[in-house]
Amino acid sequence: MSTLRVAIIGAGPAGLYAAVELLAKNNTARVDIYDRLPTPGGLARSGVSPDHGQRRKVMEVYETIALASGRYFFHGNVEIGKDITHQQLLKRHHAVIYACGAANDRSLGIDGEQLGGCHAATEFVAWYNGHPDYADRQFDLSGDRAIIIGNGNVALDVARMLLLGKERLATTDIADYALEALSKSKIKEVLIVGRRGIKQAAFTLPELLELEALEDIAIEFESADFSALAYEDAIADSNQLFRLKTFKKYADKIQSQREKRLVFKFLASPKSITASTSNSVAQVTFCQNQLIAGEDGRLQAVSTDRLEAIDASLVIRAVGYRGQAISGLPFDDSRGLMPNINGRVTTENNLIEPFTYVVGWLKRGPSGVLGTNKMCSKQTVNALLEDWQSGVLARSAIDDSSITDYLIEQHIQAVSTKAWKKIDAAEKSAGLSQGRPRVKITAYDKLLSTALSS
Amino acid sequence: MAYVIVGNCINDTACVDVCPVDCIHPTPSETGFDSADMLYVDPEVCIDCNACAEACPIDAVMPETKLPAYLQNYKAINAEFASRRLK
Repeated sequence: MSTLRVAIIGAGPAGLYAAVELLAKNNTARVDIYDRLPTPGGLARSGVSPDHGQRRKVMEVYETIALASGRYFFHGNVEIGKDITHQQLLKRHHAVIYACGAANDRSLGIDGEQLGGCHAATEFVAWYNGHPDYADRQFDLSGDRAIIIGNGNVALDVARMLLLGKERLATTDIADYALEALSKSKIKEVLIVGRRGIKQAAFTLPELLELEALEDIAIEFESADFSALAYEDAIADSNQLFRLKTFKKYADKIQSQREKRLVFKFLASPKSITASTSNSVAQVTFCQNQLIAGEDGRLQAVSTDRLEAIDASLVIRAVGYRGQAISGLPFDDSRGLMPNINGRVTTENNLIEPFTYVVGWLKRGPSGVLGTNKMCSKQTVNALLEDWQSGVLARSAIDDSSITDYLIEQHIQAVSTKAWKKIDAAEKSAGLSQGRPRVKITAYDKLLSTALSS
Repeated sequence: MAYVIVGNCINDTACVDVCPVDCIHPTPSETGFDSADMLYVDPEVCIDCNACAEACPIDAVMPETKLPAYLQNYKAINAEFASRRLK
């Protein structure tokens, strides 16, 4: 049997977990991992919050494991669908695993969403993390209040970044321009709004617990129903119980003397956003909701006719991510992911798309924490290796000549592991003198000139 | 003494793979894994072998004696998760 050659598209957590699993389970397999950016890491680099820097280290650990195999090759700055097509990849690889995540955001679908000052959390998060596509974005931080729509960890990440203040941010790897902008921020209050109740909120427990250390920020609640705590044993999910208890602890604490406020508002949905004279966000109108059990027993937020208008100069929606279709490959538009069975991509007629696999958010939708991708990737790799064993992936015409040479022939300025490590070293060395983990390079030309310097 | 998983936990499960007494939960095969906010150590079962701390890619496990002040609360949280595990 020839050597298994696999291409992985997207060098984020899901792609890297898949690579490590493949390299461990098949002692001769070769993995070529491609990324649109010159840097690997995906959301571990440009999604994970700068004040959660410890979590970013997961990529470094697994990258080292992958590199130690001697069979792992990074090709950054290569965009599949533009620089190389799926069909071209299949000429050089027995299989292709898509690990492209869910880069698009869901919109609110209300009037005023297009106004200046209203942004997707994806933009704001990518901006403060120094993603080169977002480095030139502007956010109006001159008002008193920001409103964040959504009740997951991304909403809370955004809230913290708006409230942490210069001193705390200055020790992180936040992009320099974002540090400067956020240091001058006038925002004193952040309102996080969820359409359902406090019990349904999807913040994870550690994110709630860490708020306790923020002694200059008062935590307040609107429409928060803590009554479920009277029957602790009836809450089967310990995560949910501990989250609720943590919220209650904050609610019971008098914090009125604090400089800034983080307000959790529940049971409200935005109905419209109105503009100021300068045509940017001035006010959001919410309707109050009530919870009603749907047919599946799940509690749904149902709008009432009670309206409330709240002033804000910045509105950020964090109501979910969506995958992006890959040209020429199946895509489930309603769910925003690549349809698949255990990671094997399937067509509209439920047939298997040959040699094509998917992992991570593009496979299962945007859910779970970073490590959730490990099991997800293991499942896909198992399917792929089963197919390799059974001969489904065998093809006589696989071109096993050098991928690097091929990329050069195609005039693609790819960033190898060695070149990416130059970026890594330059960023870390710049961070050292400032007491920061790294200072990110945030412009394409600088990233490439650093990577390709001799 | 026991080891304690703290808030950095990303549910990577490298610790679960190496624990010789299976005291870290939920494991990927247990109910609740997909919706777990974090993993935890059952202090009644932990034998202080340090394997989990070695395995964790982001240093999210540590002996309870080495918890910094701001992470002290995770000792009780690990224990409470464990006590409610089979409820």
